[in-house]
Amino acid sequence: MMRLPKFEYRVPREISEAVKMMADAGPDGMFVAGGTDLYPNMKRRQQTPKTVISVTRLQEMRAIRGDAETGIVIGPSISLTDICNHPVINRDYPVVAEAARLISTPLLRNMGTIGGNLLLDTRCNYYDQNYEWRKGINFCMKKDGDICWVAPSSPKCWAVQSADLVPVMVALGARVKLVSTLGERMVTAEGLYNDDGINYLHKRPDELLTEIHLPPRNGMKAVYKKLRRRGAFDFPVLGVAATLDRAEDGTVRDARLILGGVAPAPIRVKEAEGILVGHKLDQERMAAAAEACYLKARPLDNTDFLMNWRKQMARPFVLRALEELR
Amino acid sequence: MATNNGDNEQPLKVVGKPFRKVDARAKCTGQTLFADDITLPRMLFAKLLRSHVPHALIKSIDTSKAIALPGVVAVITGRDLPIPYGILPVSQDEHALCIDKVRFIGDPVAAIAALDEDTAFEAMDLIEVEYEPLESISTIEDALSIEQPRIHDYGSGGNIHKKVSLEFGDMEEGFAEADLIREDVFFYEGNTHLPMEQHAALAHFDADGKLTLWSATQTPHYVHRALAKTLEIPASHIRVIATPNGGGFGGKSDPFNHEIVVAKLAMITGRPVKVTLTREEVFYCHRGRHPVLMWVKTGVKRDGAITAMHFRSLLDGGAYGSYGVASTFYTGALQTVTYNIPRYKFEGVRVFTNKPPCGPKRGHGTPQPRFALEVQIDKIAEELGLDPVEIRRRHLVPPDSVTANYLRVGSNGLGECIDKVVEASDWKNKFQKLPYGRGIGLACGSYLCGAGLPIYWNDMPHSGVQLRLDRQGGVCVMCGSIDIGQGSDSILAYIVAEVLGIDPFDIRVLTADTDLTPVDLGSYSSRVTLMTGNAALQAAERARELLTIAVAEKLDVPIENITFAERRAFDVENPDVGVSFAEAVQLAEAKFGTIGTVGSYTPPRSPGKFKGAGVGPSPAYSYSAAVVEADVDPETGIITVERVWIAHDIGRSINPALVMGQVEGSVYMGLGEALMEEMTYRGNRNVVHKFPSLLEYKSPTTLEMCDVKTFLVEDPDPNGPFGAKEVGQGPLLPIPPAVVNAVYDAVGVRIDEVPASPDKVLKAIREKAQGKEGRYGPKSVPEVEWPAPLKVLTPAEGGDGRELPREAAHMKD
Repeated sequence: MMRLPKFEYRVPREISEAVKMMADAGPDGMFVAGGTDLYPNMKRRQQTPKTVISVTRLQEMRAIRGDAETGIVIGPSISLTDICNHPVINRDYPVVAEAARLISTPLLRNMGTIGGNLLLDTRCNYYDQNYEWRKGINFCMKKDGDICWVAPSSPKCWAVQSADLVPVMVALGARVKLVSTLGERMVTAEGLYNDDGINYLHKRPDELLTEIHLPPRNGMKAVYKKLRRRGAFDFPVLGVAATLDRAEDGTVRDARLILGGVAPAPIRVKEAEGILVGHKLDQERMAAAAEACYLKARPLDNTDFLMNWRKQMARPFVLRALEELR
Repeated sequence: MATNNGDNEQPLKVVGKPFRKVDARAKCTGQTLFADDITLPRMLFAKLLRSHVPHALIKSIDTSKAIALPGVVAVITGRDLPIPYGILPVSQDEHALCIDKVRFIGDPVAAIAALDEDTAFEAMDLIEVEYEPLESISTIEDALSIEQPRIHDYGSGGNIHKKVSLEFGDMEEGFAEADLIREDVFFYEGNTHLPMEQHAALAHFDADGKLTLWSATQTPHYVHRALAKTLEIPASHIRVIATPNGGGFGGKSDPFNHEIVVAKLAMITGRPVKVTLTREEVFYCHRGRHPVLMWVKTGVKRDGAITAMHFRSLLDGGAYGSYGVASTFYTGALQTVTYNIPRYKFEGVRVFTNKPPCGPKRGHGTPQPRFALEVQIDKIAEELGLDPVEIRRRHLVPPDSVTANYLRVGSNGLGECIDKVVEASDWKNKFQKLPYGRGIGLACGSYLCGAGLPIYWNDMPHSGVQLRLDRQGGVCVMCGSIDIGQGSDSILAYIVAEVLGIDPFDIRVLTADTDLTPVDLGSYSSRVTLMTGNAALQAAERARELLTIAVAEKLDVPIENITFAERRAFDVENPDVGVSFAEAVQLAEAKFGTIGTVGSYTPPRSPGKFKGAGVGPSPAYSYSAAVVEADVDPETGIITVERVWIAHDIGRSINPALVMGQVEGSVYMGLGEALMEEMTYRGNRNVVHKFPSLLEYKSPTTLEMCDVKTFLVEDPDPNGPFGAKEVGQGPLLPIPPAVVNAVYDAVGVRIDEVPASPDKVLKAIREKAQGKEGRYGPKSVPEVEWPAPLKVLTPAEGGDGRELPREAAHMKD
């Protein structure tokens, strides 16, 4: 059997206590919520914290308040199952519940949290392997090695952003609150992610994600399309999050098109947004936007499916997302 | 077999009824003890250090740091277990721990026994192994062309393990008679069993020095033999208990290194030693479906009658022999048992590569050629303007006949199977009539009901049953068979209950314990229901005979009047006159002494006498036909199988609920192979397995499983107990070809390889849109120097099943 390494487990009751514990633990500390990503990674020795600080008992991080008028604040320790079932989220931000329902399996959604999904480690077929396997290829730069096996001449790591809610939050214009012993700050979801498989977050390891803010909804409509092999379990190997805000006459006032699962960070395709804004949605414009997304999607051979086919899927998936919004 | 239905013809009370399994309650409530659930006092935990290089000489192994780690009790290497073993007598090419060479990533080189698993894991990193890397071989093409280095120093030269060439009948004449000759090339990717339960084993030497091994194995008898050989202790001092398998599918049919290793560590330490493999290690045990590249040339008359078939298969065997020689023959054996093939030539080659060894997976060596054959027939039907149903239906192998390659076919319900699925699926209104993007496809298949010959040559029975009846009315069935979830324990209870007129849940079933149960060769080749069933039937009939004599005497009625039902033995003409079953046993025990009977089963001799005739013969053949309806998304190439209609010729269902479970399970596994499953490696990255995990090795979930409509065709076979044939493997065979035939009907492209992943389908659709062929699949097979064929005249040509003498064969040339 695969076994967890030994580690110290701490359970703070308040955010201030949690960030203090993290400051004390230093670089060997990690926060954990549902543990559905961290613990398997620890069994495979991909992540090896000495101190694990649970955020599951932080009551402050378990509430949802607000509505479509005011915008809502979501506590990141809320389980994905609760997100799927939450009446306000289903009524006012249904795309969040829809995307959450596509994550993994019912059992893992019972444990996994929305915050954990937003901070999910990047994934790669050369990295998400156990210790002995990785030793077989002499490791990779993300852990214990110094090469990127997907792109051996690359100076950077190409592990893939693989959380379904990430492109959705970027498309919705969400912001998150990060807290540490040094203070707190608000960051846009778009600004949270970094296009590097190792340092994939603009968040310091000692910072704790404590709140997720969604802006007032206004007339915005949103949709999320996920490409994966099977109807359960699988991480996205392409995720398309799209939002549209249209005037009464159908002219697009605002649009966002975000691709997940094809790079270390979510990709905002501003070219595609530009094609749509100021115009009515017709087949030609939608096809042009899909083409722009296709050009921006540059997946590599480190997930399920052939990379070339994954790239090609950007066209029909974006097109289908836009058709659903029309 | 005296009679299949008991001496007194009366309606069956147990056979044919959907009783629950005898072990169902324990399984459903989590009380079944699997190998990993067993613990013993002072037990140690073992880990195997496995090679992380694909092909290398071992220069040195330094275990001193590991043995010095507190908590480590013993460390062993290949030198401690120098004797080779392997499932087939001709392929004794494995060592429990590699001695001088490693052959794939995952090949074990050392083993540790420690007080706990964490310590054993930690100690693995302290063992220093110095390797001298060798060039690695990762494809069939490489193995055929690279002579040096050799992965093994035996076989047919270079990295070729085995070559086979058999010719039945005058091929030239056969092709000359044909109105149409088609040559096609196909590829079937390798895939693995993916049992829920990871392999586990526990070894213990008792106070008087005898070994007991509990193991999740499908073949305790062969493990027993391998332990005696490698440990150099008498077989009579070894007891192997096969624990209930949490799924096997062929993946637990070899003796495994971890079983031998824990036995050796228990011997050295004097303490019980357990190992439970990680999921990754299960991928390395493998023994799954061989990747097979196939070329098939078939000649047909205008009405679709086959005049001759020439079939070539090239198997990627991985790093060891395993069942590979048998697998190679199986890729050429069962082509002839569905549609009449009057002349037939088979050439097969298996190569070694630096990957986990392939072996038997559900259908063992036959799903690959069946895929090729059923897709090619579809192409032939189209070229001849025939309906795919008619071309198959018209040319079925007749019952009670002998094929060109000397397989004796008994009952054959394939025609009825085809009729059932064609009617139920509304084939006539759907084939070539559904809108673009939706299609329907048909395919058939056939499988053995047990291999006709044992793995090692001997004249003893393949299955034995002992029955003990006690004066309380208790009945204990003892048999070496092993329940891997298919329900073999239940089958024993049902058959004995039927014969003795008692309830199956009155019976105690004791199986798979080499100390307590007579030998059964194991749960492989779909042999268990037919062979243990016949042995159980014989033992039960013998017991009933003893009881009948004693009861007839007591009741003073003629022997032929005594019948058994509802836990009583009574006069069939005067049912009130009788005794309880327990009294019947008491009467018999008083008259004859302790009541114990035995039964055994040996398959009938095959008519084939040529070298290579050992693979393919079976007491009976099951048949299946399936229609698949699928949607194909032309923009993505994604296939969604909407529905499967499948009919299976079971001979007779001992338990229809279990039969349907096996049919649906086969459909599920077949869909996985057709659509997504693949054991793939990165040849340019040290031949690592691409994704040895349950998450990334893609196998369908319940969400991908479609509706299945199952029909059972019951045409009792004279060789089966109550007429029963197999169901564990056969129904998988038609699924992959039916899927790609449906894809062709949906979007007009041929996917001549599985898995039919969406990238392949989309590529073919795009090519077709550009006016090209619209096909995805291999273009050719590599050149092989085939040996001169062993020639056998067919039965129709007056052959006697023996090969022609070489000189005569040459003269014929």
